[in-house]
Amino acid sequence: MKALQYLSLAAFLAILFAVMVDLPPRGDLQAPAQKVVNEAGTPVAGTYYIQNAYKDAKTPNMVTVILADYRGFDTMGETIVVFTGGLACFFLLRRRP
Amino acid sequence: MPWPIEFLLFVIITVAAVVGLSVRNLLAAAVTFNIFSFMSASIMVSLGAIDVAFTEAVVGAGVVGVYGIIAILLTSRKSRD
Amino acid sequence: MSAYRKETTPPPYCIDERMKIPTESPVLHVASRGIAPVIMLIGLYVFFHGHYSPGGGFQGGVLLAAGVLLLRMTLGVTQSQKLMPTTLTLKLSAVGALIFAGTGLVALLCGGNFLDYHFLPVWFEPVYLRYYGILFIEVGVTITVMTTLIAIYDDLLGC
Repeated sequence: MKALQYLSLAAFLAILFAVMVDLPPRGDLQAPAQKVVNEAGTPVAGTYYIQNAYKDAKTPNMVTVILADYRGFDTMGETIVVFTGGLACFFLLRRRP
Repeated sequence: MPWPIEFLLFVIITVAAVVGLSVRNLLAAAVTFNIFSFMSASIMVSLGAIDVAFTEAVVGAGVVGVYGIIAILLTSRKSRD
Repeated sequence: MSAYRKETTPPPYCIDERMKIPTESPVLHVASRGIAPVIMLIGLYVFFHGHYSPGGGFQGGVLLAAGVLLLRMTLGVTQSQKLMPTTLTLKLSAVGALIFAGTGLVALLCGGNFLDYHFLPVWFEPVYLRYYGILFIEVGVTITVMTTLIAIYDDLLGC
């Protein structure tokens, strides 16, 4: 069982190195994340957020605008997950006096 | 090789995982898990995702360590396997 | 499971009393009382400056909780009740989740979509209405995360 753990960790390290070799260099404009239109011909969503985030909400940090405004429903689910975790810990770990 | 810092960080993160699995003292395992978490936050910083790195550093290296120490205090200090 | 239970043999519902009383080291007392307000101030800064720099509700809430947890660990649970009472934590957590969902519901009732801050019934320009709407829901996220982390700590210690 120990050998299986070490073997899987070595395989994980090999996968990390193999992926690292193929990464594009820093600040590459031709990287897939920076394109305006992807290979299928449809516009990339990230480009819209980069261009319109400050215009829509006057907030320089576009991560905040994406998290709380464009994807606000997602953040609400995250908050309710945190609250449900606290409630489950309360019901599981509470000790009666 | 365009990513020399990531090479070093990947080696450190894997060594931290191996040490955390093999050590028998559970307090040392908790601290090693904090090292793992901090190194993964460093990888996020070097990739440019500052918000994710901030969350990872605060939660993984801060609060989870406290919970690990409390769990060790309530159960046992040594592991059997 | 039985292998862990057999080793130190604690009674099943025995709570370790060492975590309830203050620590005996004066160094830890002075250091934690000096550091904890600074941690909570940094948490407030991270929360309110989340529009301009990395940060936001989640990170600020965890930093505020870390400040309280430091005092819980060094001063003991009973002495740090004034800062955040144990009976109040889960109620405040529910209030935070309700602030978030209620903002979306008010926008829904005033004619927009769910969580559409244009339609909140406050007189502002629509652009700045979205700015302050983001800030208002981050308040709910901060309260929920901070109080939930403290509540999990208190439940683990059983007090």
